[in-house]
Amino acid sequence: MAIIDRREFLKVSAGAASAVAVGGLAGCATTPNAASAGGARPKVVVVGAGFGGATFARYLKMWYPKAEVTVIEPNDKFVSCPFSNTVLAGINKMDDITMPYDNIKKVVDNFVKDTVTAIDSGKKTVTTKGGKTFAYDKLVLAGGVELMFDKVEGYNAEAQKTIMHAWKAGPQTATLRKQLEEMPDGGTFVMSVPMAPYRCPPGPYERACQVAHYFKQAKPKSKIIILDGNPDIASKKGLFLAAWKKHYGYDTPNSMIEYRANNMPRAVDPKKMMVGTEFDDVKGDVINVVPPMRAAEITGMAGVRDGNNGTWCTIDYRTFESKVVPNVHVLGDSALTNFPKSGSVANNTGKMCAYAISEMFSGRAVDPAPVVTNTCYSASSDSTAFHVATVFRWNEEKQSMLPEKGANGVSKEESELEFAYMEAWAKNVWADTLGL
Amino acid sequence: MKKSLAVTLLLAGALGAVASAHADPRARFMAANCAYCHGPEGKSHGAIPSLAGLEAKYFVDQMKAFKDGSRPGTVMQKHASGYTEAEYLAMAKYFAAIK
Repeated sequence: MAIIDRREFLKVSAGAASAVAVGGLAGCATTPNAASAGGARPKVVVVGAGFGGATFARYLKMWYPKAEVTVIEPNDKFVSCPFSNTVLAGINKMDDITMPYDNIKKVVDNFVKDTVTAIDSGKKTVTTKGGKTFAYDKLVLAGGVELMFDKVEGYNAEAQKTIMHAWKAGPQTATLRKQLEEMPDGGTFVMSVPMAPYRCPPGPYERACQVAHYFKQAKPKSKIIILDGNPDIASKKGLFLAAWKKHYGYDTPNSMIEYRANNMPRAVDPKKMMVGTEFDDVKGDVINVVPPMRAAEITGMAGVRDGNNGTWCTIDYRTFESKVVPNVHVLGDSALTNFPKSGSVANNTGKMCAYAISEMFSGRAVDPAPVVTNTCYSASSDSTAFHVATVFRWNEEKQSMLPEKGANGVSKEESELEFAYMEAWAKNVWADTLGL
Repeated sequence: MKKSLAVTLLLAGALGAVASAHADPRARFMAANCAYCHGPEGKSHGAIPSLAGLEAKYFVDQMKAFKDGSRPGTVMQKHASGYTEAEYLAMAKYFAAIK
């Protein structure tokens, strides 16, 4: 806590005692408060108000209220990717995963509905489509992922009207649900899994569960073909296989799900409703191709998409500052880390970055050995779920954050209890992210 | 004399409020790690229990019990295994101070 905060607090709260208190506390100050010297308010610009950016903004205003925080976000409302697969199943509606930004707007200094078009990390400015320019002391990029449609032949703007990715929750989710509802019984749903790393590792396999659940209720003769770019199920493998067997007939002649590993979609043809892989062409009544992805466009503008052959952003775990451009911090899915690209990680690393930046603004050293967690639930039906949970801690020798011994693992089996916990997780992570 | 005592008590009260509302930043961050499941400031909106206001000793005892398996759990065995006992206590004090 900065000395200035204590002063302000006491000035407001302690009334007559304030003169004594300020004198007493001033004597306790051992570190200079660089950022608040001369009364300057450090300017922080946050691009993207998803799980990472909104959480960061909210917590920085709690932990360093003096920061002048501007959030730039192109969307009117927050639509949650976690739980969007349950909309495909018809368990939830779009309204259930859509939330307002009202409370974030109240706590930050400036909430701008706009799209960033340029970042000048030399001049430390951000420019928007609306023609506004914002100066920053700290820039926080929380733009999620960019989908690389050009990696799949024929996946152009026209094809994107017919073939959904639904990997950014919103209109795509609603359209894919409508396509599934309109599909006749006995139809085939072809869906793909991009090569790792990608947003939400268990998400595609959960999607297969959720669509299979819907088919089982509404169109039991229908099939799902999963074209996986990876050599195997990339997350919670044992749990998903058990769920597919238990609920959807997997490994029997009547299996609703057909799984094909090493089947990266190379081309799509929306007229013929075909997906081409290296092996064959697969026909579907509804096609859902999730293209390969990289860190959001804004990270390219800032020159911080330096890692993994220019696809993701390397960061210092203790601050989330880019390793190549100073004062640019990268949160959530865009960052190249040991953490899974989950909503929980984006939410908690938003707080981790707010913690580091509030310490810097207070003139203190950042935590040399932080600890952070991930908890990620997947729904295997309309009433069962399972988790993966991990505690990561800074390892000085490896200069990295690694899972703690014994603090990394998955459920023994799916359960109804974990479905209830998953629903509670959603309510709490939305509340924590958006200040609901 | 009475007046100065009153000022001292008022000051002590104010500083106490500062300590709870603005705890040690590391403890505050570790406690915030729990929020995505247990709710902002440990106040849950759903089936997962709240942590706000729990007695510190109870919190520490539960973390120990999750870690050694004497209290069955789902995700908590993993989370409890990731922190030291000193960290349990730091988080416990933070949550205990929330009303």
